[in-house]
Amino acid sequence: MTHVITVPPSLDDHSFEQVLEQVAPLPPDEKILVDARHARWASPYGLTALLALAQTRTERPAFAAPELEETASYWARAAFFQHAEALYDMHGHYPKRAPSGESNVLLEVTPVTKGEDVHSVVGMVQERAQKIIKNELKLESKAIIGFAMTLSEVCQNIIEHAGQGGWVAVQSYRWTKRLGRRVVVIAVCDAGLGFRKSLESAPGHLPTSRWGDATALEEAVIRGVSRFRDRSRGQGLAGARNYVGRWNGKLSVRSGTARISIVPSWDDDVPLAEDLAPFAGAQVQVIIPEAAPSGANEKDSPMDI
Amino acid sequence: MHHIDVSSVLRETLACDLYSNLVTRTTGAAVRGQIEQLLGGDDMRRALTVIDFSHVSMIDFSCADEVVAKLLIRYTSDDPPHEAYFLFRGVTEDHRDAIEAVLERHALALAVEREDRVELMGVLSDDERRAWYATYRLGRAEAADVANEIGVAVDAARETLCALCRRRLVMSVNGEYVAVGHAA
Repeated sequence: MTHVITVPPSLDDHSFEQVLEQVAPLPPDEKILVDARHARWASPYGLTALLALAQTRTERPAFAAPELEETASYWARAAFFQHAEALYDMHGHYPKRAPSGESNVLLEVTPVTKGEDVHSVVGMVQERAQKIIKNELKLESKAIIGFAMTLSEVCQNIIEHAGQGGWVAVQSYRWTKRLGRRVVVIAVCDAGLGFRKSLESAPGHLPTSRWGDATALEEAVIRGVSRFRDRSRGQGLAGARNYVGRWNGKLSVRSGTARISIVPSWDDDVPLAEDLAPFAGAQVQVIIPEAAPSGANEKDSPMDI
Repeated sequence: MHHIDVSSVLRETLACDLYSNLVTRTTGAAVRGQIEQLLGGDDMRRALTVIDFSHVSMIDFSCADEVVAKLLIRYTSDDPPHEAYFLFRGVTEDHRDAIEAVLERHALALAVEREDRVELMGVLSDDERRAWYATYRLGRAEAADVANEIGVAVDAARETLCALCRRRLVMSVNGEYVAVGHAA
């Protein structure tokens, strides 16, 4: 029997929880069909998390592509389908190749499995990020290098801790309803070991009575603890945290059944969410907003949310 | 004086001309290994080396930790391969955040060229900082000269200068002191 998992029309880090809640009761060898026919929009987090979700299944899942041509075209430009084909049995009509033209995709969905991938990702993003961060987000040029550093560190998190490959995507868009400003978003998702298991593998690790996914995230993201004894380790996420703090951005890291967030004043998310539906690995999202509020009469683009 | 172009070392390490970014811990460890080879072994007595970042586009925290912090930790340890001093060149605002972060984490300091002068980066006590800048201004000085310049007792100045020598920020030459970068 195939279980149908419905993808919400707007897929981001929060609405992806609806997907996970549907998958959670099913054993990994149950056949699932991820039904994205009615999806109209997906954030980089949504797209990369859909790929990571497939990696958690032992029975190859099926995927129904968005019916809306504009959505399918956008997902194709983000290179989602070319990677999804390797993980899902695909159904429905979707562009086989990414259409050319202007796009707000800074970095299409890209696999990260080894150090060279990080070099490649950082190199690809640098030039486009420069234009977007300076001209569209109106941030100082110092923000550009910090952005590339943050991207590098969150990608390395996969290589160092996941035990398997993951995915990264970077996009910029106008976040009209929630923020009223332009944002640039990095999403890095894997279905690997996750923070709790990674820290448990540290030599001499002694779990406390409240040890779990949430405490593991607090250790790693807030206190910069790593599974390595070397005190040099654990600087990557600390650096990312400092970067989002400086530029009024948001960092959220989900692992297992918990999500920890560095929440800026413009967002109403909770700093720590526990007892979420389980999701293997780690899912990181960085949002950097435009420096100043844009004009109130700006018209929404088709990809606005 | 030796000169090591970090960008060239990076290209040799990766065997690739495509990347000018110092990113990933693995890359950093490989680059540091190459730098240590270029620095030479036990047969060297004392050497000043310019570590040149001029052609490096960016460096991330992990790589800065491997290339800068671990290099300094090794050569300021009680058992260094030889007496090595480093002057950093070409460090721009694009590199500064990552390098400052790792210096702070390990309580390290380094001398860096800035246009026509040399400055310190990292963690130093006020006494160390004042003694270093006084030594740098004086060129080649005895402890008494430095003490006079910063208004402390000679023994106190000597103690601070010895600490700066251990941190490889000052060289001791025939009973006199020379700040790294003064004669570079």
